[in-house]
Amino acid sequence: MASPKTSGNGSGTKWTPKQPMVSVKDLHKSFGDLEVLKGVSMDVMKGECVCIIGPSGSGKSTLIRCVNALNDIQSGSILVEGQEVNDPDLDKLELRKKVGMVFQQYNLFPHKTAIENIMMAPITVLKQDKDEVAEYAKKLIKKVRLDGKENSYPGELSGGQQQRVAIARSLAMTPDVMLFDEVTAALDPETVKEVLNTIQELAEEGMTCILVTHEMGFANEVANHIYFTDFGLIVEHGPPKTFFKNAKDPRTKEFLSQIL
Amino acid sequence: MSGNRTAGISHEQHMDVLLPIAHKQQSQAMIERLEGTFRLNLQPHHAIWMMLLFVFAVGSAHAQAPKELISPIEALVKWMPFILWGPEGEISGFALNIIISFFAMLFGTVAGVALGLMQISLLLPVRTGSWIVTQFFRNSPWLVLLFTIMLLFPFEIDLGFVVIPVPDWMKAVIGFSLPVMANISEVVRGAVQSLPTGQWESAESLAFNRRQTLWMIILPQCFKRMIPPWINWYCILTMSTPLCSIMGVEESVTFTAQALNAEGDRPELLPVFYMFLLLIHFIYTYPIARWSIQLEKKFTVKL
Amino acid sequence: MELFGDFFKQLYDTSGWNFVIFYDQVEWSRFVEAIWTTIKLIIACLIFSLIVGFVGAWAQGAKSRIVRNVIAGYIQFFRNTPPFVQILFFYFVLGNLTPSYDAGGYQEAYIGSFGWAVISLGFFAGAFNTEIFRSGIEAVPESTVEAASSLGYTRLQSYLYIVFPLAFRVCLPALNNNLVNLLKTTTLAYGIAVPEMMYTANQIWSDNVNVPEMMIVLFFFYIGLVAILVWGMSRWERKMKIPGYG
Repeated sequence: MASPKTSGNGSGTKWTPKQPMVSVKDLHKSFGDLEVLKGVSMDVMKGECVCIIGPSGSGKSTLIRCVNALNDIQSGSILVEGQEVNDPDLDKLELRKKVGMVFQQYNLFPHKTAIENIMMAPITVLKQDKDEVAEYAKKLIKKVRLDGKENSYPGELSGGQQQRVAIARSLAMTPDVMLFDEVTAALDPETVKEVLNTIQELAEEGMTCILVTHEMGFANEVANHIYFTDFGLIVEHGPPKTFFKNAKDPRTKEFLSQIL
Repeated sequence: MSGNRTAGISHEQHMDVLLPIAHKQQSQAMIERLEGTFRLNLQPHHAIWMMLLFVFAVGSAHAQAPKELISPIEALVKWMPFILWGPEGEISGFALNIIISFFAMLFGTVAGVALGLMQISLLLPVRTGSWIVTQFFRNSPWLVLLFTIMLLFPFEIDLGFVVIPVPDWMKAVIGFSLPVMANISEVVRGAVQSLPTGQWESAESLAFNRRQTLWMIILPQCFKRMIPPWINWYCILTMSTPLCSIMGVEESVTFTAQALNAEGDRPELLPVFYMFLLLIHFIYTYPIARWSIQLEKKFTVKL
Repeated sequence: MELFGDFFKQLYDTSGWNFVIFYDQVEWSRFVEAIWTTIKLIIACLIFSLIVGFVGAWAQGAKSRIVRNVIAGYIQFFRNTPPFVQILFFYFVLGNLTPSYDAGGYQEAYIGSFGWAVISLGFFAGAFNTEIFRSGIEAVPESTVEAASSLGYTRLQSYLYIVFPLAFRVCLPALNNNLVNLLKTTTLAYGIAVPEMMYTANQIWSDNVNVPEMMIVLFFFYIGLVAILVWGMSRWERKMKIPGYG
């Protein structure tokens, strides 16, 4: 898919922490004839935790996949720390060092143990020293509370445990932003909590997080800002307190009434 | 010579799963890969044209050979009937390859089905014996089996009142039918065992005896799924028939060598003649192989 | 060894079964030579066919339609023509076109009959390996590849570290089958006079008129090799098994 050149808006300019860490402007994305995103804009500041909610098929997953350049876009601009994602010459490695992503289906590498899953990318992609990576990986295992499971294969772990390994695997790349794509949707209700706790801790430590989620309680408690998408547009957004209590748009109200 | 020609296709059932349009577009990478499969891209005539092109390219490249000698293409045209069906009044050359393949398939199938049924017998000695026979002929190289029959089988059989001569090509038929038998035996066993045991149990509960169950319930169901591998083995067999040229059976490879010899073994003739040989085999085998793949797809969808 | 030879010598004297290779020094060394040639041939063919399959499967995922069509054509051609004619074609036609060097008075080809047998059989089995690997690669979920690319893996890296190790496990049974076939198919090198076991056995029975005895040896030899290969591959398969996967 050909992506029209966007104006050099920001590509070369230096990014400072005062500016949004992730800045999406007028993003359009279609799959064939189906327009999934019809001009979406959002800004995420450093250290913020942002939740994107909305009915399924409203384009929220596509939005964060575009941020990680897993989907290319038709027009608009996505800046990650000032780097334009919608750029044919994008250095994907540079982008992915900054942006970590966790998927709904964990997508762990089934032929590697938990610790190997965490260590693989820093060693093969970033060419970091093996011993240092191993040390850091052990810290991450502790952080996601999986001590003792280092040498288990993904197939031997529960869904929640696998998802925490997946989070640790992303953290091992020391990203500045973490994207979570419905990470609890495939989990048993009792393991959802342990994964959400891990994410909450991350957010509290100041990691910039963008979550696509259906966990309204979590969004209410942890998020700094909530975006509601429907039919490829951001219908409404705001801090959780105002969003959940004083939603203005009828579509948001309807959605919230169904889900709460 | 080799099994598992169907290795690549088992996975493709899900390709035509009807994804919603958006999703379909999303898996662009997958679509691209599927486009890359030979079935969608390479039609049989493409390969044939490519090979013909090669024959003529090489043939004309040497066209400036000494004037008194005929060009490779002329030589090929001259010898083509000889390679395809042998000298007049005889059936040999490539036609003999096909005749050998027919008979070997016939004998191999009959013996193979019998052996395969023995492999699922309730009697342990029958089961073990047929298993050993199957494994022996399945794991021996075809060429070794062929040599054994060609050299050790008598050239005539004396029945006391009449002496039946056994020409070389008939021995080749026997030699080829042995590995076919063993592999068909495995096909039969595999097909019967792939049926859910519920079929046996429900037949038993309806008071069918074992023989009735096998012939009236199990085998009719297996029949369909045995056809694609059976055709597949026919292809493998046909492509193995040139082996008997080693023992001088007058089939296509033997005659190609003879034709080349008659033309004075000119090196520039080699590419054209051997490519022609590959081409006629390809033209014969490829459609059959494709047909088997189509059948397999059709049957897997239905089952 | 002495006893062993004596036994077969005596067997010949008393029953007429002439296992000449087990008591005659010259024939024995011929036999041993053939064992080594066969094993070398098999190993070389296996390795070459695996490389061909690996590269072929990789190229089938290429963006270029031309590359994919070339690979598809290669697979169809080698799968649907007789391997024996292939080997003759490689040896007589391509062998004729490749350069040779002066080896003291006569021309020696850079690639001899052994080399052509490896190339030809390697391409033949490689066509099957390509298909096998390809179906294995397709069995690796797209989402796993995506996870790798979101961790910054390049296409090559994700193939090397993620896709191939997983695909390989999926295709081991089919690969196993194909390699057994390749092992048996190496006898076709007989056709271009590679001094492997089939060819040597033929020479020995021509010299000693002991066809049935050498046939028995041949069957033992090849079925033994198949058994070793199958044993090794299934051991490997078990070793590669990942807990909780597949």
